[in-house]
Amino acid sequence: MKKVVILGGGVGGTIVANLLVKRLAKEEAEITLVDSTGKHVYQPGFIYVVFEGLNPGKLVREERKLLRRRVKLILGEAVRIDAEGHKVHLSDGNVLEYDRLVVALGARLVPEELPGFSEAANHFYSMEGAMKLRSALESFAGGKVVVTVASVPYKCPPAPSEAACQLDYYFSRKGIRDNVEIHFLSPLSRVFPLEPVNPVVEKIFGIHKIKSTTFFNVESIDLEKRVINSIEGESAPYDLLIMIPPHRGAKVVEASGLGDRGGWLPTDKYTLRVKGHPDIFALGDCTDIPVSKSGAAAHFEAKVVVNSIVADLRGEETAARYDGRVTCYCDAGYHKGFSMTFDYEHPPVPPPLSYRGWLMKMLLNKIYWLAIPSGRV
Amino acid sequence: MGEQEQKMILDARGSFCPGPLMELIRGIRQAKVGELIEVWSSDSGSRKDIPFWVKKAGHELVGVYDEQGYARFLIRKTR
Repeated sequence: MKKVVILGGGVGGTIVANLLVKRLAKEEAEITLVDSTGKHVYQPGFIYVVFEGLNPGKLVREERKLLRRRVKLILGEAVRIDAEGHKVHLSDGNVLEYDRLVVALGARLVPEELPGFSEAANHFYSMEGAMKLRSALESFAGGKVVVTVASVPYKCPPAPSEAACQLDYYFSRKGIRDNVEIHFLSPLSRVFPLEPVNPVVEKIFGIHKIKSTTFFNVESIDLEKRVINSIEGESAPYDLLIMIPPHRGAKVVEASGLGDRGGWLPTDKYTLRVKGHPDIFALGDCTDIPVSKSGAAAHFEAKVVVNSIVADLRGEETAARYDGRVTCYCDAGYHKGFSMTFDYEHPPVPPPLSYRGWLMKMLLNKIYWLAIPSGRV
Repeated sequence: MGEQEQKMILDARGSFCPGPLMELIRGIRQAKVGELIEVWSSDSGSRKDIPFWVKKAGHELVGVYDEQGYARFLIRKTR
């Protein structure tokens, strides 16, 4: 019997596990998923914990309940991947052998990489971070709010500009918008990562008086002066700092000597096989492929990984290729939003800002649990 | 550039989000001073974005090379 081991119970790992069980007979393969927490978290909901007072419990489900019964779930932490020996070592001493390994461990937040981050910054990239930012906003009476990213790459590239829009909407509802200056600092040449969509977002920033500075890549935080400095030589003062923390790839990838200098797993952007290790697949945020680190990318990648593993285990050739497809939903506040889809060959088409666009995002938030982890869509 | 000089190659062809410039910034942050980074981009906007940012951030644009359907941008990290 062949063995497939999947590391990580996020969106990518969960879909792969469920679809492999569906596609492969019991006698063909044993499917094991290793997850360190056993909890599946819907991360796009963090922003609503901050700005809409969403109950954090709504964003968490037991991983076991999202997996088909035949998937063996191990609660544990992989500490070393032995790519030559086809083995994964767990922190409790157990060793798992595999014929095919899937690394779907996501990105790791490493606030300690920017001195002063923990003292100065708030963020919404973890449940704890979202709750802390919610409290900070509740007691904020006015002043300069800076929204930016500590480093690149980071998950969900449009999220910081979405947060700037949400801040405007939040302070307007609170009746103190006139007392607040929102300053968005972008590491790129524009406020929104997708060039064709940038004019739409710039227009929103203009209407809602969100100030922006481009080409601002954070170098340091001056805690005493309450100023952040960029590697391009500029500075920005803040009263409240909202900053996406620095990210790195998975710890076990680094510990196994498989990652690049950021800990990201070098992965073929079409086949999703780890470079130099064709028996290992990687998907989602932990790879180095040049698509946005997002659940949507992991979702589309999972189908490719499943097709390739099924073919591999049956000794067949596979033509499965990831085409770079990503779908992105943005909430601009005031019940307006937009969505867009793009891939390696097709840039996004500038979307109209609409109530329908916002509704699409709300709908996804609702149907996620039913439709996505199962691999139904 | 010597024939044997090592460089970090970042293939950002087909990347609309986050895009070639973000890949370059990622590379620069990871690289050591003096190291070469080569970004491959199929995005026409890179011709403006990348040289502008490289100059603003104080690095050196060693060259831009046209290939079939994409361009290679060679940058040296200088600070």
